[in-house]
Amino acid sequence: MIFSREFRVRTVAASILVATLGVMALAGCQGGGKAVLKVGEYGSMTGGQANFGISTHEGIQQAVDEQNAAGGIAGIPVEVTKYDDQSKAEEAQTAVQKLVNQDGVISVLGEVASSNSLAGGPVCQRAGVPMISPSSTNERVTKVGDFIFRVCFIDPFQGNVMAKFARENLKLSNVAILKDLKSDYSVGLTDVFAKSFAAAGGKIAVIQTFSKDDQDFRAQLTSIKATNPDGIFIPAYYTEVGLIARQAREQGITAPLFGTDGWESSKLTEIGGKALDGCYFSTHQSMDNPDPLVQNFVKGYEAKWGKKPDALAALGYDSAKLLMSCLTELAKQDPEGFKALQGNATPVNRDARKAAQKKLRDLIAATKDFAGVTGKISLDADRNAVKSAVVLKIKDSAFSFATSIQP
Amino acid sequence: MKRLTPGTILAALAFAALLGADFYAPRLINPYVYQILWLCGINVILASSLNLVNGFTGQFSIGHAGFMALGGYVSAAIAVFAGHALGGVPAWLFLVSLLSGGLVAALAGLLVGLPSLRLRGDYLAIVTLGFGEIIRTLILNVDAVGGARGFTDIPILRLLLSGASEPTPSLSIVSCTAFLSVLIIYRMIHSPRGRAFVAVREDEVAAEALGIDTTRTKVTAFVVGAFFAGLAGGLFAHTTGYLNPSSFQFMKSIEIMVMVVLGGMGSLTGSVLAAVLLTVLPEALRAAQGYRMVLYSALLIVLMLARPQGMFGSTELRLPWARKGPGKP
Repeated sequence: MIFSREFRVRTVAASILVATLGVMALAGCQGGGKAVLKVGEYGSMTGGQANFGISTHEGIQQAVDEQNAAGGIAGIPVEVTKYDDQSKAEEAQTAVQKLVNQDGVISVLGEVASSNSLAGGPVCQRAGVPMISPSSTNERVTKVGDFIFRVCFIDPFQGNVMAKFARENLKLSNVAILKDLKSDYSVGLTDVFAKSFAAAGGKIAVIQTFSKDDQDFRAQLTSIKATNPDGIFIPAYYTEVGLIARQAREQGITAPLFGTDGWESSKLTEIGGKALDGCYFSTHQSMDNPDPLVQNFVKGYEAKWGKKPDALAALGYDSAKLLMSCLTELAKQDPEGFKALQGNATPVNRDARKAAQKKLRDLIAATKDFAGVTGKISLDADRNAVKSAVVLKIKDSAFSFATSIQP
Repeated sequence: MKRLTPGTILAALAFAALLGADFYAPRLINPYVYQILWLCGINVILASSLNLVNGFTGQFSIGHAGFMALGGYVSAAIAVFAGHALGGVPAWLFLVSLLSGGLVAALAGLLVGLPSLRLRGDYLAIVTLGFGEIIRTLILNVDAVGGARGFTDIPILRLLLSGASEPTPSLSIVSCTAFLSVLIIYRMIHSPRGRAFVAVREDEVAAEALGIDTTRTKVTAFVVGAFFAGLAGGLFAHTTGYLNPSSFQFMKSIEIMVMVVLGGMGSLTGSVLAAVLLTVLPEALRAAQGYRMVLYSALLIVLMLARPQGMFGSTELRLPWARKGPGKP
């Protein structure tokens, strides 16, 4: 061999480095000065929560395609730039950095998981780019700053919804609660429900607890049965709920069980079976809702993606719709600012763009009674959505729309 | 005083350039590139410290993410809680919190290493794997640091020189810490004790026959490796400003190990370059959208087929005029 081993080692290393730099340079050269409105999206396209991210993206893409087919916003098409964060917090942060600082998007849509929204949010806040999370329900997400919004309700809200439903629709007066001691979600919902149900004139018979992954709930159910409640509230996830339902019926408890969106899974009725007939739970949206807005969305989604939409797709759709309606409003109120938002950020239009993004933020913050697929959305002072929730009824292992509850 | 070699001068210049990064970098690059650069720095520390254990001492640790998590959470907790008590986070507090993160990780390394490193074979792999998961589960159950929700509002290491009000993480501090960590590990490997590391890797029985206390040698390497992993965790906490236990899963340890193997077990410069390469590559491939991770994995496979011993094997990348170091086999 003519070349020494060391020389070859160096050559290989050097060529790898050069190739990497080349790819980076190419990646940096995209994009022109076209008049488009660039919107960023980050989500889990791969990894543990990929189906959430994909559903959300399909909802967003559908909303954007509908808008563009109708002529865009004031004649300008909207373009979505989507990055995968592999369901990882630090990847989410890097993806948002790229959207905000390299691609120069007007606004960011995402994430589903609260942990990823918490990692990406500060980047948007620092850069003054409005971010709308379609479905992060943890309270802290919008506390990151005044540029962070969400179109879903926060966890404790469902406690209010079910208290109202139990008192007014089911006419219950003596309710027992069975909560998961180790889950933030369950504990928070129990507190809110108990307060709100008592305020509506109901009585909490007893609060029993269990831990996640428990299999046997007979002891708790026996003490619940002793208080003779006319309903049992179980803010927990579907695995435990299914088992609880079975064991409750075995013990001869006939009172209806009701809970929250942790129940929503096809696994629920696989585990609980017949025991769950006549039970209720609250969630973001039901695709059976006869509202034409919902039915049009479902039809459009099925035609485009060939499958039934889920709640995440509906929330993604609403987040994009809300953003575009605010952009339309901005185009009307401030045509100059709207112009600055088109195409890429340049050193010349930087300040105008910043100002327009601030205006866009104010418009989003002022959202009131926005007609979304997931209900009428208003944003409160903490930038959380105040909106209706739906209650689903379980019958013969199927979920059907029972009612929709206003906050 | 040793005479000045071109290598020393070059290293000093490089260090000065890194130290000044906060001064010139924000004018040249946007925060996105900035973020990739400091992620590179953190990964360089992680990869070179793991190489000390896995490459140079020949042990098989797969719990590096656990030490990183421990260092990160300790460092973040000190900065947050002491910061509340003091009503602000002064620069010295960052120094204290980062060092404590490293030291707590090192202590954990000692506790884990002492019993398991007395044995030969794969025990260390199993113990470190378990350790990483235990740390993660512990953190998940501590509500004071956010549990599963994640630890938010961690103070960010600010710019060192330019005095900008924007809380951009300091690239200077990250890159200089990375530089110093690699330098310390390099000097360590090329010291008499460092030769003991390599002796243990090559043949434990022979090393023992030469009078080397093999357990002590292995524990030393392991504790130093854990310290730097903890330090990297602290830097990670103070640059991202947010920690989540899911960032420190078993796969994170594997990612670090891939850097070590790709660079070459027993090549420090290899680890540095592989860490940079594997941080930059997924970002450079973003344009490929859904095929990104497919391409990434394919490139890794090609690299490993072309060079099973890693990019550099156990040789170091040297400048042509630098004198041959004692590290040459």
